[in-house]
Amino acid sequence: MTELPLLSVEIVRRRIAERQTTATALAEACFGAIAAANPRLNVYLTLSPERARAQAEKIDRLADRGLPLPPLAGVPVAVKDVLSTRGLRTTCGSRMLENYLPQYDATAVERLEAAGAVILGKVNCDEFAMGSSNENSAYGPVRNPWDTERVPGGSSGGSAAAVAAGLGVAALGSDTGGSIRQPAAFCGVVGLLPTYGRVSRFGLVAFGSSLDHVGPLARSAKDAAYLLAAIAGADPKDATSADVPVPDYVAELEQPIAGLKIGIPREAFAAAGETGGLDAGVNAAVRGALDALERAGCQLVEIRLPHTEYATATYYLIATAEASANLARYDGVRYGFRAPEAESLRAMYRQTRDHGFGAEVKRRILLGTYALSAGYYDAYYRRAQRVRARIAEDYRQAFQQVDVIAMPTTPTPAFRIGERIEDPLRMYLNDIYTVSADLAGVPAISLPCGLAGGLPVGVQFTGNYFAESLLLRLAHHYERLRGPIGPPPAFATPGGNGAQ
Amino acid sequence: MQVSREEVERIAALAHLDLTAEELARMQKDLSQILEYVAQLEQVNLEGVEPMAQVAAADADPEAKLRADEARPGFTQEQALANAPQAAAGCFQVPRVLGGEDEA
Repeated sequence: MTELPLLSVEIVRRRIAERQTTATALAEACFGAIAAANPRLNVYLTLSPERARAQAEKIDRLADRGLPLPPLAGVPVAVKDVLSTRGLRTTCGSRMLENYLPQYDATAVERLEAAGAVILGKVNCDEFAMGSSNENSAYGPVRNPWDTERVPGGSSGGSAAAVAAGLGVAALGSDTGGSIRQPAAFCGVVGLLPTYGRVSRFGLVAFGSSLDHVGPLARSAKDAAYLLAAIAGADPKDATSADVPVPDYVAELEQPIAGLKIGIPREAFAAAGETGGLDAGVNAAVRGALDALERAGCQLVEIRLPHTEYATATYYLIATAEASANLARYDGVRYGFRAPEAESLRAMYRQTRDHGFGAEVKRRILLGTYALSAGYYDAYYRRAQRVRARIAEDYRQAFQQVDVIAMPTTPTPAFRIGERIEDPLRMYLNDIYTVSADLAGVPAISLPCGLAGGLPVGVQFTGNYFAESLLLRLAHHYERLRGPIGPPPAFATPGGNGAQ
Repeated sequence: MQVSREEVERIAALAHLDLTAEELARMQKDLSQILEYVAQLEQVNLEGVEPMAQVAAADADPEAKLRADEARPGFTQEQALANAPQAAAGCFQVPRVLGGEDEA
């Protein structure tokens, strides 16, 4: 039974429908795998066995009666700990929310359960989703299943590691500057950033509200398509959710890709210099993926995205400014940690925030407060918003020439734990390929395209607004051309690789 | 760009952060380095470019999405207070507001 967690969405549903297994047995197998692996990987922060069992029994009763099963029937899912879950501890990787019990479910969580998924628990992440390595979690770093001395990426490091190691079939993550795609690349799984507004953020604890997205991580494009289909669509509880019809992402995977025009941004492959350098192994793997797509009939076209070199600077001003406002709510009054012995209200605020937040969160609050403060607003925040408009315009022009843009997801494979944590700027530059899609609001997907030095490499496809179907289709076809990658050697189970 | 220690202290006070001397020194160094990096945005030609505050992909007319101004069920008092560090008589309880430094 232990190999079950490496199966796909469709195989899980079919095996339950055909009574080869039950949703309950599958959930139990997952909890067993988690108990065995969590001490090594530090993926799960909170388990929800009772909630999982109740949901699994509901699915099993449907199967018992021979009734049709919902699309995600019995599929065990990990949820990033920045998504609210009713009555289930939601820490955001922070001491500030160590004992916080949300009174409601995030819409994405609610929709996954409505589609039959079984929530296993909450997974580790960088504190308030701020980080690229998962080292900013107050509960210790997640370890990369491919090499436990290395980071899984961040901030959705727990989500990516859970999927890679088979501690769940799929996961929910959030992406503000790359936090779904970068860990997906580092852990060798698929991660999808939907269009801004495609998936409701209701119940997602806010970081940078004009940049925050909820999206799926999975072991295949098809599984990601199933999850997206379940969570996408307008939500009256989120005024920024888009009232745009949700296509049948799974059915559209099989449409052909020959003739698609794939734009290759010159800037992405020219990234040079000591900080932005593109690793040779990453370059080779991504080039290999592009060659395979060209042989499959896609047309590669060189394009320009001239303002992408400014994306990281733009992102770290806008995201931190928004974060400084969003995190003002943690003041020890309504929820979360409160410094116990403060004499006055203001001292309580200050001590609560100093003890409750970790170093990176403080750094970003300070940077954002600075960028918004009197005398600096125009020079920093407003200027960054104007550069953001340039970056979005670059994409608009590019999508007049091409259907999809391809580039690496990250400049290097997973780095070592501790290697960059003392150098925040160097850590930020790791996001060079991911932040611009969040700034423009366009969708992007990362999927594995090979190994470099035994570590997974991600290729990233970016599409025009609401082009998720096209991205998933291209990813799905490319997976067939590529063949299986993973699972990580330490998590390979004989006969259990569920790449299909 | 070099940020002074006083500037970091001023910003920390605005953000209600009570930083230790060690944290102040660290943040002074980090902020200086990051602000030096973001100074590259001064090179971008922004003539005629308006700030982009929100992604407009979905909402050409956000006004159109405003719901009717009608009361809907929300949290009960019990739910609202469920996570409060300290509550009393149906209210959030906090340390004294008047007196001490808060009066300044």
